Amino acid sequence: MTDRPIAVVGASAAGITAAEALRRAGWTGPLTLIGDEPHLPYDRPPLSKQLLHGAWEPERLLLRTAEQLDPLGLDLRLGTRATGLDVATRTLTLAGGERLACAGVIVATGVAARTLPAADGLAGVFTLRTLDDALALRGDLAGGPRRLVVVGNGVLGCEAAAVARELGHDVTLVGREPVPMAAAVGRGIGELLAEEHRARGVRLLTAEVAGFEVAAGSAVGVAADRTAAQGAPPRVSGVRLAGGELLPADLVLLAIGSAPAVGWLTDPALDITDGLRCDTYCAAAPGIYAAGDVARWEHPEHGRPLRFEHRMNATEQAMAAARNLVAELAAEGALPGGAEGAPPPERRPFAPVPYFWSDQYALKLQAYGLTTGADEVETTVLDRAARRAVALFGRDGRAVGVLACGLPPRQIRALRAVVAGPGPWEEARAAVRAATAAA
Amino acid sequence: MKITLDADKCCAAGQCVLIAPEVFDQRDEDGVVVLLDAEPPAGQHAAVREAAAICPAAVIEVQE
Repeated sequence: MTDRPIAVVGASAAGITAAEALRRAGWTGPLTLIGDEPHLPYDRPPLSKQLLHGAWEPERLLLRTAEQLDPLGLDLRLGTRATGLDVATRTLTLAGGERLACAGVIVATGVAARTLPAADGLAGVFTLRTLDDALALRGDLAGGPRRLVVVGNGVLGCEAAAVARELGHDVTLVGREPVPMAAAVGRGIGELLAEEHRARGVRLLTAEVAGFEVAAGSAVGVAADRTAAQGAPPRVSGVRLAGGELLPADLVLLAIGSAPAVGWLTDPALDITDGLRCDTYCAAAPGIYAAGDVARWEHPEHGRPLRFEHRMNATEQAMAAARNLVAELAAEGALPGGAEGAPPPERRPFAPVPYFWSDQYALKLQAYGLTTGADEVETTVLDRAARRAVALFGRDGRAVGVLACGLPPRQIRALRAVVAGPGPWEEARAAVRAATAAA
Repeated sequence: MKITLDADKCCAAGQCVLIAPEVFDQRDEDGVVVLLDAEPPAGQHAAVREAAAICPAAVIEVQE
């Protein structure tokens, strides 16, 4: 039993953090890290920021150097996709058919960018999830000013629009939301950001996309069934909106959200509705844990299953899942002999204060707690011209989240304390006023 | 223990300051990390390791 590896599926931020945390928690047995991309673990937030901008090269995104990975003693399987998991026997199937019987598994496969069927196979249409995606878009933005249409006005679309505009491109941001990023930051902060984007010269539109024009001039509907073109793929020349308007485009970025990478988890013992469902310990089944964007777990403070596509959650949850898996294996007597130090004595619920940030132009947004799913949002604009603002998010009479735009670090840390343990709404309002009084 | 920072990568999340306030601080103007003690005493080591592991921009490198 103890010659079996722990396998971590997914080699991005959550995966590499889980591997390191397993070693720190005392797992001395074999450790397999499986990633479907060919690259060493790299960081994704800079893809839509510094990398797209050209300020950073891909080497800068590496989360660990080869020298830092070496002491982990990993069986590193890059460019390898897991295709199945038998829960009862903890056995993974890898592309190519190899079966890997494991002592435990941590699922950290993340999410994949959503696309539109009508855009399949069109040159000039991009998504932005992987390093290869970002380098391809950056390459096409490099040859002088282009007309870029960003489809989707959430956080990713807004960040990419800001970078493209800074690079001097003609940028149109079109999305379903009347206010960009409103789902993540609330209407008040979203309107403030919209003002900044307009002031920087981005055209903002609220509309549904009906289809894409290609260079030859033939319209392609979103739902159209299209046969592959002969030879070179058709190149996008415009985006057709549901109201009929045509947005001419040299390049199109689809930033319409993402879907958890759970298609390979077909064992009926697992619930894969909107991510891999886990309990409060990040366990999906005995010996099977999940971390990062793919994991939907029961947050003990909020009393409902939550899933975050946030960079901070990837590391925090990976550390928790790894620790809890080792504690479970220790309780089973399934740790290899010679473990250094004492293993974690018992599993602990994973109860983080969620955090995310976004950089657009010179603006920095930082949020703690829950900002989506709020039934009450109070935005206070402290300085409209400087885009300094704070928003408090409530649900069922409790303050559950807070977001700061352009505030200094001491105030932001004070705001975090307001929502670290969700408290009554009125108390939190007063605390936010006190924390930002000197702003 | 010796700590080095790649502060250009810092995203100003401030998690390191929450975890190890004796060792890390943030600049007032932009929140970028400031190293207060590059060779902290043993009592700080566990907190520093956690801060390095949790940093969402992989800024903190620890040599032991």
